[in-house]
Amino acid sequence: MATPVPAPIAMLAELTYRCPLSCPYCSNPVEMAKKESELDTEVWLDVFNQAAKLGVLQLHLSGGEPASRRDLVALVAGARNAGLYTNLITSAIGLTQRRLVELEEAGLDHVQLSLQGTDAEMADRIGGYKGGFARKMQAAEWIVEAGFPLTLNAVVHRQNLHQLPEAIEMAVAMKARRMEVAIVQFHGWAMLNREVMMPTREQAQEASRIVEEARARLKGTLVIDYVPADYHSDYPKRCMGGWGSTGLNVTPDGLVLPCHAAQTIPSLSFDNVRDKRLADIWYKGDAFNAYRGEDWMQEPCRSCDRRKLDFGGCRCQAMAIAGDAAATDPVCVKSPLHSKMTDLAEAFSHGDSAELVYRKSP
Amino acid sequence: MTQIGAAEIPVIPRGVRLHEDKVRGLWVLLAPERTINLDPIGLAILQEVDGTRSFGALVKILAAKYDAPEDQIAGDVAEFITGLTDRRILELK
Repeated sequence: MATPVPAPIAMLAELTYRCPLSCPYCSNPVEMAKKESELDTEVWLDVFNQAAKLGVLQLHLSGGEPASRRDLVALVAGARNAGLYTNLITSAIGLTQRRLVELEEAGLDHVQLSLQGTDAEMADRIGGYKGGFARKMQAAEWIVEAGFPLTLNAVVHRQNLHQLPEAIEMAVAMKARRMEVAIVQFHGWAMLNREVMMPTREQAQEASRIVEEARARLKGTLVIDYVPADYHSDYPKRCMGGWGSTGLNVTPDGLVLPCHAAQTIPSLSFDNVRDKRLADIWYKGDAFNAYRGEDWMQEPCRSCDRRKLDFGGCRCQAMAIAGDAAATDPVCVKSPLHSKMTDLAEAFSHGDSAELVYRKSP
Repeated sequence: MTQIGAAEIPVIPRGVRLHEDKVRGLWVLLAPERTINLDPIGLAILQEVDGTRSFGALVKILAAKYDAPEDQIAGDVAEFITGLTDRRILELK
């Protein structure tokens, strides 16, 4: 007997693919929809209302750069009206002090600021945007001044991992309550940059040690959430807390995805909020039901005790490495492809290229 | 054993709020990247946190309301609040 499908808790709304930065690890697809096909204000507000009725509590407004949407304040106000907790995930480029005040009046709950490096040289190189670091530091002050709780979100990789201790100190200095330290996950544009961005195993271990030390030292001051280096692990990540069980993602043109990388699985087709109700898509959509529960699993997952812990890992990574989205995530030591994965990680992490492939905006 | 001074004032800061989750039929505390499901005790404590009452005053109110000894209530409330302040979800002023 299959367990009933729970209601989703979180929704990631990718408001636009437009972005002034061009980070080479962007999780957006390599092929992106153009501005003309973006959902308009009314459709987004309807989607937010549907999401709240469906059981979504947390709304993450992201992109691209969500501040590139002229109607951002109206979208935040509508989402708050629907009863959603609103989280803005931003590079801060395009956020003026006046706009932050408007967002605060509209009821925005929380701001999550991305960090590409701890100095202008690194940050502007990784973000591909000259002057971006200086504008970000100014915006961080405005964000805290406006009263928002701030999370600093540092994506780290072989090029900038040595700056991690400084990044943590920056979060404290900025008065951030939270920090996310994510070792780059290889989906989207990051797949094109594995040779340049893959950390070495030693770097990955050092990062874990630094985070552990900082968590103990900064207890009650700064909360650190950490995404360790996937390719160097023995067991896969608990991707999305289980496919189609906690969260959903809406793309700028209205497709509803079980995770932001799901479009890399060619066998899946996705429903659009322009055609169907969100509840219908969540409970009955083919893409959501494809990897729900355990029936889709193969060996070694099917008979493994860890299947309830990690759900077989990341479907998109299984697709990328094993060529089969229903395979065991090759990160797992029990996968027949684990040694291939280890060799790949080793080889990429010692690549001598420093030539980044930058994301291109649609 | 967790200690909070009787004069310290627990505060639900900007960016954290109590919310009735009508779909699931429970109360939750919404915070940055966190949703905390509240049991009736947690809810009872947070409903008395108004940003002006001290920890000592909270304990007195809850002890009277639930007809329980103050030192027992103090221990439970301190543990609950400290669990949240450690995670920057509540603040003490």
